[in-house]
Amino acid sequence: MDTSTPAVDIRNLNVRRGPHRALEDVTVTIPRGSVTGLLGPSGCGKTTLMRCIVGTQIIESGTVTVLDRPAGEASLRRRVGYVTQDPSVYPDLTVAKNVAYFAALYGRSGAVVDETIAAVGLSSHSKQLAGNLSGGQLGRVSLACALVGDPELLVLDEPTVGLDPVLRVELWDHFHMLADRGVTLLISSHVMDEADRCAQLLLLREGRLLGKLTPGDLREQTGESRLEDAFLRLIRTREGAQS
Amino acid sequence: MNVTIYAATTTRILRQLRADHRTVAMLVLVPSLLMTLLYFIYRNVPAPPVGPSLFDRIAITMLGILPFVVMFLVTSIAMQRERSSGTLERLLTTPLAKFDLLAGYGSAFSLAAAVQAGLACLITFGFLGLTAAGSVAWVIFIAVLDAVLGVSLGLLCSAFARTEFQAVQFMPVLVIPQLLLCGLLVPRDQLPVVLQWISNVLPLSYAVEALQQVAAHPGVTAVMARDLIVVAGFVFVGLWLAAATLRRRTP
Repeated sequence: MDTSTPAVDIRNLNVRRGPHRALEDVTVTIPRGSVTGLLGPSGCGKTTLMRCIVGTQIIESGTVTVLDRPAGEASLRRRVGYVTQDPSVYPDLTVAKNVAYFAALYGRSGAVVDETIAAVGLSSHSKQLAGNLSGGQLGRVSLACALVGDPELLVLDEPTVGLDPVLRVELWDHFHMLADRGVTLLISSHVMDEADRCAQLLLLREGRLLGKLTPGDLREQTGESRLEDAFLRLIRTREGAQS
Repeated sequence: MNVTIYAATTTRILRQLRADHRTVAMLVLVPSLLMTLLYFIYRNVPAPPVGPSLFDRIAITMLGILPFVVMFLVTSIAMQRERSSGTLERLLTTPLAKFDLLAGYGSAFSLAAAVQAGLACLITFGFLGLTAAGSVAWVIFIAVLDAVLGVSLGLLCSAFARTEFQAVQFMPVLVIPQLLLCGLLVPRDQLPVVLQWISNVLPLSYAVEALQQVAAHPGVTAVMARDLIVVAGFVFVGLWLAAATLRRRTP
């Protein structure tokens, strides 16, 4: 795999959603084979940025390059996996049939289906209808439907919402295992304690990128030990600098 | 188009359909029960001095209309659900081609329609005494084609419905006028000229005319062949327009 270029290269990206600007002049790169956290309050443009990378968002200006191809290009559809915030699976099919269907779309079949279901901790539920699962379990079915395609880039919108702490740790371990194998992960979250598990953080606020830095840098720059406080301080200093 | 993806999609839609036992039961049985009802409605009506009995005339038409109406409704709701649940947007980020999805819906529901039409024809020809000059196989074939027409228009209409309520409302807007103008109530050549023009551009008119040709003639007539080509044309145009409404990028 070519590791010389970044997995995602975004330049001067502007997006309008209705009357308001959803993203404003965002320029950022995401390195390959790492876990990048996309953080910011609800409504700050996290989902819009992810949709741009996946290629489902109509953009106003700027360029988005993913794995050296323009975002949304047909060849990327088997290389990029996307999990939306709301679980998008078929509630009237079993867990196994959901995962098997998405596997078929990516041209995969056989043992990989069971392996992926095991990876998200749902082996004992694989014969159950997805519609009968809890919210957190449903989210994991949705995640499995993307993992089963074995993508080079995984874009996950709040994948750990509603999960108990044990499962959350297990999933993060799985994400790091994938990153070690060379997979690039972009994971959005509004839970700051997850930020520490990311190699670097993209901080987004009101459609603008406040910064791209490691959790350590964020602490060092702001002098705060808790990432939550550090993020707040960063916002205040940047906004103070602007006005 | 990718055969594996198309086959997986068709199977997935059939599985979803099969998981809903009540819908399967109604899909298979209701048209046959309605044909039986029709039989009793016309039971005491005296036969006309010439031509087919009123039941024969209406029943053969209904064998084509019922699959069209049912499949239009089922498809527009199923596709609307696919849109509103987010699965459509997700599918369009995968290697699935738009036509794989549309053909999957078309194939899965046509198979359901074939079972439905087969049973309805068996009951109507076997037990309710319907007779036709042409072959029963042609009646089943045309009934399935009508169902595919319903699937095609249903897929298209779902693009213009934001909710399931709206999707259902397309039935009185698009299906009932076709029912009224297709020659079932009044022979098309007795309609006022303007209504004849409208009838001439509605696909169901051709589907019904094809069935009337089977009723009256033992072989395939030129009119019937033309009618079937017109209906098939509507199916393809409907699917093509439906594909155009599936957008990978949205605002």
